[in-house]
Amino acid sequence: MTAPLIELHEVTRRYDEGPPALNEVSLSIAPGEAVAILGPSGSGKSTMLNLVAGLDRPSAGTVTVDGVRVDRLGEAASARYRRARIGLVFQFFNLLDDLTVADNVMLPAQLAGMGRGAAERRAAELLGRLGVDRHAAAYPGRLSGGERQRVAVARALMNKPALLLADEPTGALDTASGEDVMRLLTELHADGQTVVLVTHDLELAERCATRTVQLRDGRVATGTAMELLR
Amino acid sequence: MSALTRVVRSGVGRKRVQTVVIGLVVAIAVTSAVLGGSLMAASQGPFDRAFGQQRGAHLTAQFDAGAVTEAQLAASAGAAGVAASAGPFTSAQVELTDEIGHPVPPVTVVGRADAGGAVDRVVMVEGRWATGPGEIVLASGDRLRFGPEVVGRQWKVNGAPVTVVGIARSASDTAGAWATPAQLASWAGDGPRTYQMLYRFSAADSAEEVGTGKTAVEASVPAGALTGAVSWLDVRREAISDTILLVPFLIAFGLLGVVMAVLIIGNVIAGAVSTSTRRIGILKALGFTPAQVTRAYVAQALIPATVGAVLGVVAGNLLTVPILAQTNQLYGTSDNGVSLGVDALVFGGALAVVALTALAAAARAGRLRSVDALAVGRTPRPGRGRWATRLTSRLPLPRPVTLGLAHPFARPVRAVSIIAAIAFGAAAVTFAIGLGTSLNRVQEVEDIADVQVNALHERGPGEAGPGGPGPNGPGPGGPREPEPFNDPAAIEKVIAAQAGTAGYMGVARGEITAAGITGELESVAVTGPDSARYYRMVSGQWLTGPGQIIVSTPFLTAAGKQVGDSIALTSNGVRLTATIVGEVFNTDNDGLQVVTDMATLRAAEPELAPSMYYVSVRSGTDVEGYTQALKTALEPAGAAADSLSREPDEMVVVVNVLTGLLSLMLIVVAGLGVMNTVVLETRERVHDLGVHKALGMTPRQTTAMVIASVVVTGLIGGAAGTAFGVLLQRTVITEMAGSVGFRLPSSVLDAYGSGELLLLGLAGLVIAVAGALLPAGWAAKTRVAVALRTE
Ligand SMILES: Nc1ncnc2c1ncn2[C@@H]1O[C@H](COP(=O)(O)OP(=O)(O)OP(=O)(O)O)[C@@H](O)[C@H]1O
Ligand SMILES: [Mg+2]
Repeated sequence: MTAPLIELHEVTRRYDEGPPALNEVSLSIAPGEAVAILGPSGSGKSTMLNLVAGLDRPSAGTVTVDGVRVDRLGEAASARYRRARIGLVFQFFNLLDDLTVADNVMLPAQLAGMGRGAAERRAAELLGRLGVDRHAAAYPGRLSGGERQRVAVARALMNKPALLLADEPTGALDTASGEDVMRLLTELHADGQTVVLVTHDLELAERCATRTVQLRDGRVATGTAMELLR
Repeated sequence: MSALTRVVRSGVGRKRVQTVVIGLVVAIAVTSAVLGGSLMAASQGPFDRAFGQQRGAHLTAQFDAGAVTEAQLAASAGAAGVAASAGPFTSAQVELTDEIGHPVPPVTVVGRADAGGAVDRVVMVEGRWATGPGEIVLASGDRLRFGPEVVGRQWKVNGAPVTVVGIARSASDTAGAWATPAQLASWAGDGPRTYQMLYRFSAADSAEEVGTGKTAVEASVPAGALTGAVSWLDVRREAISDTILLVPFLIAFGLLGVVMAVLIIGNVIAGAVSTSTRRIGILKALGFTPAQVTRAYVAQALIPATVGAVLGVVAGNLLTVPILAQTNQLYGTSDNGVSLGVDALVFGGALAVVALTALAAAARAGRLRSVDALAVGRTPRPGRGRWATRLTSRLPLPRPVTLGLAHPFARPVRAVSIIAAIAFGAAAVTFAIGLGTSLNRVQEVEDIADVQVNALHERGPGEAGPGGPGPNGPGPGGPREPEPFNDPAAIEKVIAAQAGTAGYMGVARGEITAAGITGELESVAVTGPDSARYYRMVSGQWLTGPGQIIVSTPFLTAAGKQVGDSIALTSNGVRLTATIVGEVFNTDNDGLQVVTDMATLRAAEPELAPSMYYVSVRSGTDVEGYTQALKTALEPAGAAADSLSREPDEMVVVVNVLTGLLSLMLIVVAGLGVMNTVVLETRERVHDLGVHKALGMTPRQTTAMVIASVVVTGLIGGAAGTAFGVLLQRTVITEMAGSVGFRLPSSVLDAYGSGELLLLGLAGLVIAVAGALLPAGWAAKTRVAVALRTE
């Protein structure tokens, strides 16, 4: 068996008040997997994703991604870790309104020090591949939700990340656009991209994921997805 | 606690940075306004204030003691128009020598039992009033200035020992020294004696009114008894020629401070309200009326502003007191400088400015429909300044920098206001440095010579002003003219041969009259190869031969001449015609001195020879050592060398302290303004910041982006501010000189080198970056998860 790409070991994340958002979660994900994290609202899905992305730090336990102890990284190192290994897709797209679509997509590469020319070529290629190249010079405000999420995925893929993390990528989209993004993620996975996506959409989980992980009250729950959601 | 109070409270608590910035800016603005205002009030006719405080004499009259009795003089107080009088006091000229036997110029000593009275309440500067025999109080004024160390020394009057017990200042300049009446009587002995009477008139605003009073007094005493009288208007003219210089300077700084405070306070408050627009929307959605919202925000601004204003008034007064202590010495006024009127005006004015800006901004927010307000909070109007973003993205710079560079263009109004703030800060620095340089150059012009060489005369202390006599020599009341050298050529040979000599000039002083100007003027006949280096030209050129004169601006004004004109002169009874070849900056004799080549005056006085040499040493030479060596070398030639002391002028010190202090405050205010703006920007962009960081922007890149966001404003502000500062410096310094009738040489006007200007231009950038550092650090530290949650 290949070494896991993501390894969570007894990870706890406690906020100031209330029960821990994540409670001694252990989980390991292999390269090439497409894992869907399922669970009701407030069960700790986003918290877990943030920990994997190095956006947040666990109160206890270790997070290892691609051999990197993410929980130990400082601010600068975690930023470098993110831009080298992680692509992030959010529910509300989080595109920068003042930058054109192309500039949005180029940004992660430019932050990593890639020259403008090279970044432009890579962005054009990605936008073409995701079918939004005609909007390259437009501003995100003019795009539909589905188009925006495609741009966001293109941006996430810019630095050829080992891991694509998506938090409710279809949560803000209508059914048709949701379908569209679902298909895109499936294709990416088919091309070998490791994907971890958070959702409470069972259909999305079943269609895109090779495996599902259920969270409930900050713990990994056992049982089938169907049982857990009912 | 009402709902409104709770909103205000939580608002103040939530926006800690803005609250602190409002408080600090108001505090600093109020401090400088109180300082400037108090000094302005204090300098507003410092002579008049001193004169008023001391109930100065409108007329200081001398009477022949042989022609009038004390009773007759006392009765003269009843003359028409006399409102108050003091005297008669006996007075006499005495020979005063200091502790090492140097003669002090002859002084008029007045016998007065005490410093108070109905007129001329003399103020003690140091020590106490003379109460017994063997005691003398020296007057400190324009001509003679004594340090406090003089008090307690043993001097001699007409050869008899006397203790200096105090230094006093009379605004009316009524005496050179005072002693008890009995002591004075014994010093005067059988010699000529006069009575002094001091009068205040009910009307004395013009020369005519003073003249009417004088005529009435004269008529009340036996004919011929009045031997001399000085009008306070003449004393005043002499006195204010110095202090009048401060006024344009204080006005310039006062205006800078006020404009700056309004700008920054307006900026901070408007910013505070604009970031709250969303909150305002929520409040209104919850049922607050627009009026309640407006009130809540005005209160939020007024709370820290009031605290700041109170602190500022206290700080301003604390600063004013020591600075005024300096000017008090200069003007002879005695008060602590706390002006309740200024305090109240500044305090009220500052709060009014805060309230008005807050009201305007909050009223706009209060009127906003809830829906719009809620929407505004979410998306801060994208679209503005996208052209700049596109433009900067092409620059061959790291992406975080090019992103930051475009930020100010998204909010042009805010950018302009912050550019203005930075510009004022930079203008203040430029102005301060330029003014300091100019004033020091004026001093340098007066202090060009390092060493003076005379034949017989030995200099006593206090002969000349604190700057030491320059080429321009001691003013009126100075010592008798020294003897001319018997063999000037020999002296010149010694000076020229002395190691370290950079240049020298021989001078013969005399009297001369010029067509169009009444009265005798001082002539300075110069000789020697380096005479040009002792003068700074305003226009025209230096003397190239006989028949030419150099004069300063007041002379030209008085004579109605221009450079290039000829003028008729009379020297030693001989009429000469000379051409005015140059205008020089020379404040001596109120700028009425005539400088010419020795050869010009030899036509009238063939024996004319220098009586003094001014020598300057090469830079880096030890003046004291040089003087000693020159002294030794000159001894066989029958001449002595003295080094010229260079104490900084008190006015220059005051101005330097003030400029330093005020510009420091303006810079801090500008920096706070920048900081506040960057905090606002960061808060508004916190979500974008989170996105950037999620995409891999490191803390260092974040810092770079935030700092880059103030570079453009800093550069523009710096450039504009420097230009404005130079303009201000030139205007103020020209105005200062113009108010006393002088034009300035370019060496004084052009205070900045091109390298300096470049550095000053970058001052704006420094202010901007300094202001952005703190919030940039905060931005770099913002946790992504937190930033992204801020929806
Ligand atoms: N910054 C925070 N401070 C305090 N509590 C937090 C913070 N972030 C998350 N929580 C809490 O942690 C718990 C898990 O939150 P999380 O966002 O991970 O849930 P989720 O599963 O993603 O829910 P949803 O489906 O609604 O997105 C919740 O109870 C939430 O209130
Ligand atoms: Mg979530």
